Amino acid sequence: MKIILKNVSLFHPVQKIDEKEIDILLTDGVISKIGKINPEEISGAKVFDLSNKHIVPGFFDMHVHLREPGREDEETVQSGCNAAANGGFTGIACMPNTEPAIDSAEVVSFIKKQSKDHLVDVEVIGAATLGRKGEYISPMAELYEAGVVGFSDDGVAIKTSGILKRAFEYSKMYNIPIIEHCEDETLSGGAMNEGLNSTMLGLPPIPSVAEELIVIRDILLAEYTGGKIHIAHLSTKKSVEMVREAKRKGISVTSEVTPHHFTLIDDSLKIYDTNFKMNPPLRTKADVDEILLGLKDGTIDCIASDHAPHSAEEKEAEFEHAPNGITGLETQVGLALTELYHKKIITLGQLIEKLSINPRKILNLPVPNFEVGQIANFTILDLTEIFTFDINRSKSKSKNSPFDKRLLTGKALGVINKSKMFYQDEFLNL
Amino acid sequence: MPLSNRHLLGLQGVPKEDIQLILDTASTFREVLERPIKRVPTLQGKTVVNLFYESSTRTRISFELAEKRLSADSINFAVSASSVSKGESFKDTIKNIEAMKVDMVVVRHSAAGTPLYLTKISDANIINAGDGIHEHPTQGLLDMYSIREKLRKIEGLKVCIVGDVAHSRVALSNIYGLKTMGAEVSVCGPSTMIPKNIEDLGVKVIYNIDEAIQENDVLNVLRIQLERKAREYFPSIREYAKYFGITEERLEKNGKDILILHPGPINRGVELSSGVADGLNQIILKQVTNGVAVRMAVLYLLGTLN
Ligand SMILES: [Zn+2]
Ligand SMILES: [Zn+2]
Repeated sequence: MKIILKNVSLFHPVQKIDEKEIDILLTDGVISKIGKINPEEISGAKVFDLSNKHIVPGFFDMHVHLREPGREDEETVQSGCNAAANGGFTGIACMPNTEPAIDSAEVVSFIKKQSKDHLVDVEVIGAATLGRKGEYISPMAELYEAGVVGFSDDGVAIKTSGILKRAFEYSKMYNIPIIEHCEDETLSGGAMNEGLNSTMLGLPPIPSVAEELIVIRDILLAEYTGGKIHIAHLSTKKSVEMVREAKRKGISVTSEVTPHHFTLIDDSLKIYDTNFKMNPPLRTKADVDEILLGLKDGTIDCIASDHAPHSAEEKEAEFEHAPNGITGLETQVGLALTELYHKKIITLGQLIEKLSINPRKILNLPVPNFEVGQIANFTILDLTEIFTFDINRSKSKSKNSPFDKRLLTGKALGVINKSKMFYQDEFLNL
Repeated sequence: MPLSNRHLLGLQGVPKEDIQLILDTASTFREVLERPIKRVPTLQGKTVVNLFYESSTRTRISFELAEKRLSADSINFAVSASSVSKGESFKDTIKNIEAMKVDMVVVRHSAAGTPLYLTKISDANIINAGDGIHEHPTQGLLDMYSIREKLRKIEGLKVCIVGDVAHSRVALSNIYGLKTMGAEVSVCGPSTMIPKNIEDLGVKVIYNIDEAIQENDVLNVLRIQLERKAREYFPSIREYAKYFGITEERLEKNGKDILILHPGPINRGVELSSGVADGLNQIILKQVTNGVAVRMAVLYLLGTLN
């Protein structure tokens, strides 16, 4: 099948492409012409008029929790991929805290099989330790062979410095990163950030230093072993500062931030709405300011959602007892455009690097290029469309988002990948 | 003039006029409690549910008695701690109670924010009888009532809250209420028991108990939790008693006629020596009686709002 994408603004920060009113011809999902195309010349081509819309390399979310296997009532590989496509992503990496954990080749193959026919590429993060228990390193060689692109015990930090050191040493053989959820559990265990708000709300506190201690531990061990560390969802001022300093020293460290951690602060908890409960917790204005600085100066490489679906029954509990986490695949692009691009914190080029290029580089995945002969891997953006996010139109099986009814500027209109297109709420085989 | 809010979730943000009204109304009911027939028909036909997710015999009995004295129909709904952790069962319980068409719900829960959550799913007037380590507004009110009864004023007094401030629901309600009424409030306790940024509420932090005694007109002494988890916050009961316990010698040494409150039950020999607990400075049993009057006032003012 031939399709023509008419009048697009084509943008690729690595290839340095920034052109307006370009036409793209795709034949069976492969780029066959970029330039001016007269539709009459190509018989039977389906034409999409994308005037004033951007086409950029397909977005990749490197931090997603699919709940399959184990909690298919909350999310499946299929529903998670639908949410990803709806949110503007052509690829995701899923975290290993499923039941059972992704600590064997069988579970990796199972997830790969579940996602095989979907438009969205699903990459798998393997558990760093067996059962994510922090006692023995996982069969990393076997997991690597099965195709995992990173190791993590996400949900918790790798329990001890001893096991982390071995995980670094062992994973180094395959040059893939350890992705760390930084939290010293002997200091945390609360429900929100420690500060005046936790005191006033009477909620058990989580001090910011619980995150920072693990960030610095991991940086030091990465430096010592020569391993690669990727700091997941960093949330505090000091974490940003330590990552910046480590990068300056040439240590192999990368980092990501979630949209909620650059958009919201702990004042939002005053209504005890469990959709604002996540781990790490929402922090303060000073933390957000430093995160914005880190996004701008490149300390923070990626934007990732930490998409964490939870059933309504579990989330509708007392604040202290409700599970951590929110869905984020479908609000991420809108929030990044609204809060970062339109507020001139970062440029469009930086935004695309953080949402598409860098996560793939960190996980050693090929970056989509705009060249004839390449399979099309695109995200279609409207940078200026103003819309209200409606959780009821979410494709995720879970609805635990604090951003329902939020006004956003800039929207992912669709995606193209693996010879499939998702556009105007429909999947199309190309 | 009626109360400005149809729920009592905490004393944070409650205007001075409302507190004044509750305390004045409590004075009226205090007289009722001295009569041979201690019952008024004010809330006849109203149904109040005492929803206790945490055992608290004293608070529950105080509310129950207040409800009976006002001729309300009261129902006790105690839920065992073991079934609390499941969020599902909590919502189901609330829906069940809602279906019974009750007028008021008095709720005690180990999780902060639960009373606020109730206001969103129920039409009843909600009274917070203690939520986690957040607020316990009727305790704050009865403490203020007791101080006012004894010292004839609140404004301008210096009040110190002593003990495990970080894990107390009484402390915040006292701080908000007392400050609204014009008192100067400080807290005193081991630094591990003083919550982060409490000074930002306009509260002075004192670590020396003698200093706290010298500087203040009133000490509101909190109960120290003795179970294992609470014990992580101080080295030993002996050390706590030695450095923060209120004893007769300590009061004498500081030469101070000071008013002592305690929400009860007391750990004798820990936060208060037996001598102080039974001594002339304390009004602990008065607080219990006043508790009934204050709760009658709250129930009456909320129950007759509409
Ligand atoms: Zn995590
Ligand atoms: Zn996560």
